[in-house]
Amino acid sequence: MKHIISVLLENEAGALSRVSGLFSARGYNIESLTVAPTEDQTLSRMTIVTNGSDEVIEQITKQLNKLVDVVKVVDLSEGEHIERELMLVKLRAVGKDREEMKRMSDIFRGRIIDVTDKDYTIELTGTGTKLDAFLKAIDRTAILETVRTGASGIGRGDRVLKA
Amino acid sequence: MLLTGAEIVVRCLQEEGVEHVFGYPGGAVLFIYDEISKQDKVKHILTRHEQGALHAADGYARSTNKVGVALVTSGPGVTNAVTGIATAYTDSIPLVVITGQVPTHAIGEDAFQECDTVGITRPCVKHNFLVRDAKDIAATIKKAFYIASTGRPGPVVVDIPKDVTANKAEFEYPDKVVMRSYNPVVKGHAGQIKKALQLLAAAKRPVIYTGGGVILGDAAVELTQLVKTLGFPCTNTLMGLGGYPATDKQFLGMLGMHGTYEANLAMQNCDVLFAIGARFDDRVIGNPKHFFDPKRTIIHVDVDPASISKRVRVDVPIVGNVRDVLKEFNKQLEGGKFNKDAAAVKEWWAQIEEWRSRDCLKYDRASPIIKPQYVVQKLYEITKGEAIVTSDVGQHQMWAAQFYKFVKPRRWINSGGLGTMGFGMPAAIGAQLANPKATVACVTGEASIQMCIQELSTAKQYRLPIKVVNLNNRYMGMVRQWQEFFHGNRYAESYMDALPDFVKLAESYGHVGMRIDKPADVEPALKEAFARKKDLVFMDFITDQTENVYPMVPGGKGLSEMILV
Repeated sequence: MKHIISVLLENEAGALSRVSGLFSARGYNIESLTVAPTEDQTLSRMTIVTNGSDEVIEQITKQLNKLVDVVKVVDLSEGEHIERELMLVKLRAVGKDREEMKRMSDIFRGRIIDVTDKDYTIELTGTGTKLDAFLKAIDRTAILETVRTGASGIGRGDRVLKA
Repeated sequence: MLLTGAEIVVRCLQEEGVEHVFGYPGGAVLFIYDEISKQDKVKHILTRHEQGALHAADGYARSTNKVGVALVTSGPGVTNAVTGIATAYTDSIPLVVITGQVPTHAIGEDAFQECDTVGITRPCVKHNFLVRDAKDIAATIKKAFYIASTGRPGPVVVDIPKDVTANKAEFEYPDKVVMRSYNPVVKGHAGQIKKALQLLAAAKRPVIYTGGGVILGDAAVELTQLVKTLGFPCTNTLMGLGGYPATDKQFLGMLGMHGTYEANLAMQNCDVLFAIGARFDDRVIGNPKHFFDPKRTIIHVDVDPASISKRVRVDVPIVGNVRDVLKEFNKQLEGGKFNKDAAAVKEWWAQIEEWRSRDCLKYDRASPIIKPQYVVQKLYEITKGEAIVTSDVGQHQMWAAQFYKFVKPRRWINSGGLGTMGFGMPAAIGAQLANPKATVACVTGEASIQMCIQELSTAKQYRLPIKVVNLNNRYMGMVRQWQEFFHGNRYAESYMDALPDFVKLAESYGHVGMRIDKPADVEPALKEAFARKKDLVFMDFITDQTENVYPMVPGGKGLSEMILV
């Protein structure tokens, strides 16, 4: 099952490689991993999307907690949470496709952020599955390039991850 | 007052009360060595190889409850040390390893003797640091000692570029460490302990299974009290030997791949398993699927939450410092409210005694060729069970574990987790330095000893009267045994050809060498060797080439599927 794990860790050189090294050394999956400093510059917030049995996820959270640079770990999937991912996608937009691409972007609440006479670049935000759905809905041959950030996650309501 | 980084490093070691540093100099650590030579509080022990330095620091730590300290140079100094660091990591041994690094401006430029120390050691350390500023050295070393020795212990590497050791900074050694990201649990949950006691009271076929955590957590006294109070059978892992007195009736011997028949069958057939500071590893429980049939209730005490429910599902987890947790158990038992199922436990003991009567460790005592088991047995008798015994890895290690009865912790020193050949000799050096009055024996084989043979020179330099018990069967015995059992008797590359004359070799290092090839000479030779209080004596015992370690649980099999003699 897919899990979204949030990690608060010291914003120090090498902290990211400790986490990624742990996943590869112990054979855990990483679907995506995002990391950036928080409002407190000494801390970074990481979101890891992974999958595995309950036993594997339990080990992942325990092993993450064991890393000396890790301050807190929470499995967001255990409760209500919000997941967002940003995708930039460059589409061929000529002839009758030009109108179609604009319409698809609108349907998925995307924004066209760059335009030439041959292509559109669309910015799209949502859950991973929504971004997948968009890519499926578009004619594959029209997709020139995609870049995705990987998911970021946050708990709903008063579910707060703080040091 | 402003001090150089190198001065700060040495001052930090003094502040930590470090008496011995094991190491090997080189370009990147020359400023530190210069400072070491200017003082006499911290004594440097020069090994002949960085691997030896690490194992010596490790043996020092295992035989005391202190942090072992090693100092090596950049590049090859570090890569040579990696085996020793990984050995300590797998067995959770507290070490602080100070490594030199090329100057900060040269990092990343493929400089001479440069390697990415933090990167290379990351998977085999508890934590590591690269210090980029002399003003950070003191706080970092303080943290390193704190991290290495608390929670589940482990090695910590502090990588210091050469220019940082030359630059000056204000020195102040911090009194304490506060880290928001690292706060190991100490006390066990009282409610869980109560629950565990209820399960133990209802148990019909209980077993207490303990590991290295009892040794590292200095909890042998508490464990012994608890086992006595409960009256249940107790078995130790390879790493846990000495945690419970091996001479006691309630002790079933070691369990696992080369565990006793009674320990393995008790483990397999128990209904309540009380695991303390042990991690259910593959050499201990064999195949986890087989282990889980039949089902049993498991109580697990461990300082590391990640050890719990890693390989087997645990019913009552208790996270905490083993000693504190066992103290709480003993306290809750003081009221005398513990009523076990005495009739069922009596029946269980009868079953265990029947298994025990199988005498699974028997061997041919009338053999005209020296049996390795006999040597260890005599070693035990002659040292009255009071020696610190280090070992290398292989058959000799298993025979030492089976036949030397350890009654106290920190007397049995071996590389259990990583299984590092070459560990025994340097570990004995560390143990002897830490315990100058103790008798230290290194039980080894002709293959293992050659992996760190150069440390005989270190032992000479520091006049360490270690007794080397070389069980020489001219084979990598354990490899040969596996080839006999599982590879159709094809002994690929396991024969030790072109062996040195160990007697002459020992003598060339300035030690005493003895060759023993008759069973009748074993005892007199050991007596003579141990009577030489000031000499390192290298005893080369020519043993039976075909002897195997029994019982044996083949890889992937279950505990009840032992090959017996």
